[in-house]
Amino acid sequence: MTREEIKDVILEIIADIDEEADFAQLDADAPLRDQLDLDSMDFLDIVMELRKRYKMQIPEEEYPQLATLTSCVNYLEPKLKDV
Amino acid sequence: MMNQHTEHQRIVITGVGLTAPGAANLTDFRANLLAGKSGISTIDLRYMGVHPAGLCTFAETRYRKKRENSRGTRAGCIGVYCANEALVDAGVDFSEYDRAATGVYIGLTEHGTVETENEVYNVGQYANDVNYWTHHHNPRTVLNNPAGEITMNLGITGPHYAIGAACAAGNAALIQGVQMLRLGEVDLALCGGISECVGSFGIFASFRAQGALAEHEDPTKASRPFDLDRNGIVISEGGCVFTLERLDRALARGAKIYGEITGYGMNSDARDFVLPYGPRQRQCMEMALKRAGLQPADVTILNAHATGTKQGDIEECNAIRETFAGCENTWINNTKSSIGHAMGAAGVLELAGNLPSFTDNMVHPTINLDNLDPECALPGLVANTPQQLPRVDVILNNSFGMLGINSVVIVERFVAN
Repeated sequence: MTREEIKDVILEIIADIDEEADFAQLDADAPLRDQLDLDSMDFLDIVMELRKRYKMQIPEEEYPQLATLTSCVNYLEPKLKDV
Repeated sequence: MMNQHTEHQRIVITGVGLTAPGAANLTDFRANLLAGKSGISTIDLRYMGVHPAGLCTFAETRYRKKRENSRGTRAGCIGVYCANEALVDAGVDFSEYDRAATGVYIGLTEHGTVETENEVYNVGQYANDVNYWTHHHNPRTVLNNPAGEITMNLGITGPHYAIGAACAAGNAALIQGVQMLRLGEVDLALCGGISECVGSFGIFASFRAQGALAEHEDPTKASRPFDLDRNGIVISEGGCVFTLERLDRALARGAKIYGEITGYGMNSDARDFVLPYGPRQRQCMEMALKRAGLQPADVTILNAHATGTKQGDIEECNAIRETFAGCENTWINNTKSSIGHAMGAAGVLELAGNLPSFTDNMVHPTINLDNLDPECALPGLVANTPQQLPRVDVILNNSFGMLGINSVVIVERFVAN
């Protein structure tokens, strides 16, 4: 997957969680939770959806790497390079 | 008779919010009951196939976003709708009541069965790898979930919890509310019952295994208590929440008063997991009458619990026949014939359906009574068409459940001292 495709997947998963999520003003380098109405349970929903879609196990200590859209893409890019 | 309680100890119903099979407010619910209209349709359930069931259609996103409904449970969704509707109906906006002094008491027959079954199914799609088990499982299945979802939605910071009393739970939650108000623990109580159990194949399968799941080619005729051709229970979802207040506060704010809860009783059969026991039911009715300071003949309408099982209906009829012998002005109906068995919501929904009788003086009928079982032939049974009375003063509401739990609530027409 390309970086752009990974970004789209993340936004798609968030949109499934919150259909009112507004990405127009989203700063890709600022924490997602500060900008969108997401809490810890929503964050776990994102992790679960990645697991279901790509059979991907994300260790808890690596969750901070999913904080911003850019860091998500950075973290997922090598894991999804063959998808 | 002069009420023995002070106005501070008299507890009145001032708001009703409900969703039942075929109706999402009291006006429509009452109209259906008086018209003898069944709310039963069918459900096609995983592993079970198509069966008669009572399903609810209501404005699920009127008080909560779709996102919150997805995160929570069906019971929570029903509860949030009913609680908000009750508050609107009561005219309570928390300017006169403190959210910290408001209690939420929700009766449940069971909770978590639907969510657990769904999650077991889901994890089965991933070779039973529990890494795919949802983090939502515990908050969805804790027993206080439906009541807790109500408090989160409404910002109520007083106590909330579930009352587990099988199918007597709705009445039991009402009784809890009365007690907490009289103790001064809260100033406003949101009490009621909720059922989401149409989502559980296991509940259907268990009733079928017990020989107690209703079947009929026409689902609207499947729920037929007291009829010789009855063959079991029609499972329904639903919810009903009442606002209860102390009379002095209700009068001070000019609240509409549906009725006053003057009597209640609860006891246990201490005998059997599933079979009901008429003599203990009779004692329970007598306890409630005594607490209300009433004689059996004072009761205008008795809403029977009867679910449409062979033995259960006869047990209750025996108890009623003995308790109300010679009571010529007591009329008996059964609301499950119209809406099926809404489990934890049954007691409160059935009471709600009868409450407008204080205004219209009508007794809604037991429907689908085509071939009366002689053992259920009670004098005063209102069958198939409504009964107009000169005046309705007292409603007695029976609600019984598995493990031998019995509950009776008596509501009287409100009369100021």
